[in-house]
Amino acid sequence: MQLIYEKSVNGRRGVMLPASDVPAAVALPQNLLRSESAGLPELSELDLVRHFTNLSRRNFSVDTNFYPLGSCTMKYNAKVLENAANLFAPLHPMTALLPGGEELCQGSLGMLYDLGQMLVDITGMDEVTTQPLAGAHGEMTGMLLVAAYHKAKGNKKKYVVVPDSSHGTNPASAAMVGYEIITIPTAPYGDMDLELFKQAMNGEVAAVMMTCPNTLGLFNPYIKEIADIAHSHDALMYYDGANLNAIMGKVRPGDVGFDVVHVNLHKTFGTPHGGGGPGSGPVGVKKSLIPFLPMPRIIHDEVSGKLEIQTDNPLSIGRTANFFGNFGVMVKAYTYMIMLGREGLIQVSEQAVLNANYIKEKLKGYFDLPYSQTCMHEVVFSASKQLAQGVHAIDIAKFLIDKGYHPPTVYFPMIVKEAIMIEPTETESKATMDAFIEVMIEAAQQAESDPDSFAAMPVTMPVTRLDETRAARSQTVCCLG
Amino acid sequence: MNTSHYCPHTPEEIQEMLAAIGVSSVEELFAPIPAELRCSTFNLPAGMSEFETFAKLQAVAADNSQNLSLFIGGGFYDHIIPAAVDHLSGRAEFYTAYTPYQPECSQGTLQALFEYQTAICRLTGLDVSNASLYDGATGLAEAALMAMRATNRTKVIVDGCVSPIARQVLATYLSNQDAELVELPPLDGLLNRAELAKQLDANTAAVLVQYPNVFGCVEDFSGLADQAHAAGALLVTAVYPVALGILKTPGELGADIAVGDGQSLGNPLSFGGPSFGFIAAKKAHIRNMPGRIVGETVDKNGKRGFVLTLQAREQHIKRHKATSNICSNQSLCALRGLIFLGAIGKQGLADLARLNYDKAEYAKSCLSTLPGVTVLQTAPTFNEFTVSLPKPADQVVEALLKKGIAAGLPLGRFYAGSENMLVVTVTEKRSKKEIDLLVKELEVVLCN
Repeated sequence: MQLIYEKSVNGRRGVMLPASDVPAAVALPQNLLRSESAGLPELSELDLVRHFTNLSRRNFSVDTNFYPLGSCTMKYNAKVLENAANLFAPLHPMTALLPGGEELCQGSLGMLYDLGQMLVDITGMDEVTTQPLAGAHGEMTGMLLVAAYHKAKGNKKKYVVVPDSSHGTNPASAAMVGYEIITIPTAPYGDMDLELFKQAMNGEVAAVMMTCPNTLGLFNPYIKEIADIAHSHDALMYYDGANLNAIMGKVRPGDVGFDVVHVNLHKTFGTPHGGGGPGSGPVGVKKSLIPFLPMPRIIHDEVSGKLEIQTDNPLSIGRTANFFGNFGVMVKAYTYMIMLGREGLIQVSEQAVLNANYIKEKLKGYFDLPYSQTCMHEVVFSASKQLAQGVHAIDIAKFLIDKGYHPPTVYFPMIVKEAIMIEPTETESKATMDAFIEVMIEAAQQAESDPDSFAAMPVTMPVTRLDETRAARSQTVCCLG
Repeated sequence: MNTSHYCPHTPEEIQEMLAAIGVSSVEELFAPIPAELRCSTFNLPAGMSEFETFAKLQAVAADNSQNLSLFIGGGFYDHIIPAAVDHLSGRAEFYTAYTPYQPECSQGTLQALFEYQTAICRLTGLDVSNASLYDGATGLAEAALMAMRATNRTKVIVDGCVSPIARQVLATYLSNQDAELVELPPLDGLLNRAELAKQLDANTAAVLVQYPNVFGCVEDFSGLADQAHAAGALLVTAVYPVALGILKTPGELGADIAVGDGQSLGNPLSFGGPSFGFIAAKKAHIRNMPGRIVGETVDKNGKRGFVLTLQAREQHIKRHKATSNICSNQSLCALRGLIFLGAIGKQGLADLARLNYDKAEYAKSCLSTLPGVTVLQTAPTFNEFTVSLPKPADQVVEALLKKGIAAGLPLGRFYAGSENMLVVTVTEKRSKKEIDLLVKELEVVLCN
């Protein structure tokens, strides 16, 4: 398909601007002006609409295809969420910072406050900041809070402990806050090796970052012991909430001993992923960390009953983003939460776990299952059996594309060879999963009978397999004008 | 278990699935969670129908006053959004997809992001762009970190005329890094060049400036890149993309990195988010870029296609050695930015910028006639300018808010001694009638 720039015709207009109702001003001095107009495309509105409509048709998406991408919680995104966010579109964020402006934003501030309170309840924490703009941004915010906590106590801390199964963002976020990383291997039972963890812990460890259930989809049975050990060294427990969809109403990170939690609203609370974002990563903390929360903070004034904005707190880590976070995303998550309610959210976790275990049971005869115990919301297979025939996890992924399925996550977690990580989510029906299971079995059988056939796949898409080496070498990341 | 909104199984199906798994209840699947850790409390309210939920959201939104006449900016701007932006970005194939890790079934998103990167390069006059960052403020911080990596130096000098909010984010990002952050206090709303010359040294990684700056001034930055480069430092410019419709580009200024917030390109104000951050740079710095980058390549048949490229910089491969921790970005908002730029077009963006400038100049000339009001005249401005009032700006703004006018952003909270200073923003959406009303009502408030 042509690039939009290749469709451009000099002088064509897509939008008419409002006519000027003021006199033309004396132009800016020439030395401040660009020498020529930016080479933006020039299309009629219809050509623009066709271009992007046709581009959209070159995507798989949740609304068009089963999308069991492990670790990403690609559940259905309810349509009313979009309508709800539009209700709040015109409010300027600076309004809240004007003298007397808080009064004009009580709806938005109230929504943020209520969302925070619901997240407090779901995670078992004491307070929430909605400022972080995505999961990894929440992690960085959380680690800044950890650093502020230790600084205030005069603790000298250097390290952050992560299991080797963790999301790459965990060590990357800790590094953004200046910590060195200690990585603990996974034990044969599928969780961070407890003995090695005990040996690694020392007084210089600032925090232990964990996902629970972890990226193998397993709930760590020793989690409380781990938290107790961490706390005995005055290290804080950080909960990566990427897998929260498994445990709502079943267990709360705060009750288990976690001190800081981030929540991915775009995973657990049904807001769309947007082709890579925007997400939203609110952070919940225990009481000991509240003084360090980022500014601005929304405070409920008990006397007036009004919501106020606090911008001056010397202990605060400061600002991690512009204003109150990805507000529009939070409206969607809030809408989702109040619509599903207590029972609905419990049911979400129950059916997410039921679906993953169903797929696990149905496919374990066909694909190697390195950790066979009951999983939570996702299950990790290995294509090691198929590899013996020369068929890799990526080949199975391309097979699935030709069958109309978005592939599961492959090659993650890195500790599983040829990993195939399936997260069906609760919104998929049994019929959809049964059809997917059939196709996965077909892939396994074809890997036996005709392993060479995989190399050409996919054949049904606008392009076949792409040359990634060439892309990295040529570094063509924009088209020259 | 009842079937609720978005959990489709019937009780019979659940029984069939449980039988296939070999357990007797869903509860049994939660056995791996030790009993003593199970939830003692979970107090959310009961759920509602879609209709009731939406009615509640309407009631919440009604607690806002969203019909103000907006003369505030400060990084977020009230611009027109062509209808096509909502409709096209609202295609579910775009908004319900994820990061394009599987390129063959994600060519829509990938090509759009490649086109987006191209638009950002052309807008900024630089060679390479990533596929978006969170926002302009975090983009500035990422640019500082990028410059530190590129130069292997630790000192960052930021002009005090850069948005105070972005500077706060920058300070937070650098607070636990091995970094020294130096802020140069503004000199009459401009960069203090003498102070900069003193601070530039052999450990300086970057000089960070913004145009138009927080006072609205469009400063002549010619020579600044040479000055930074002579010291071995990079020049980072924060820019307002609509202003780039007419203003000299970061590339023309010799900047190494440009960043900015993309809200003004087709994204609603939405109380501050989601918007997107953009970052562009000279090609030499591509491997130090944070975040995802889309690259062009060919498939097995030689057909053009697009993939995520240079992923070895990123956290999912490099973990703690990555160029940034960013994973999710603001892809859909960047897509909105691209659609906006495609709809407005080459001449349209220049016209839009000119319209903003003309409206602001009109407002500026009207306000300057009011008794006791003086306009900061140290440099030309774009669509924002600073006025000094004969009264505290807070008082004036509060009085005008009661009349439905957000008259501007008082500077006192950001700059000590600037309590009477007000930054007024005028976009193309403000009619002459609204501007005249602002002037009239301001005069009333000043006379009382």
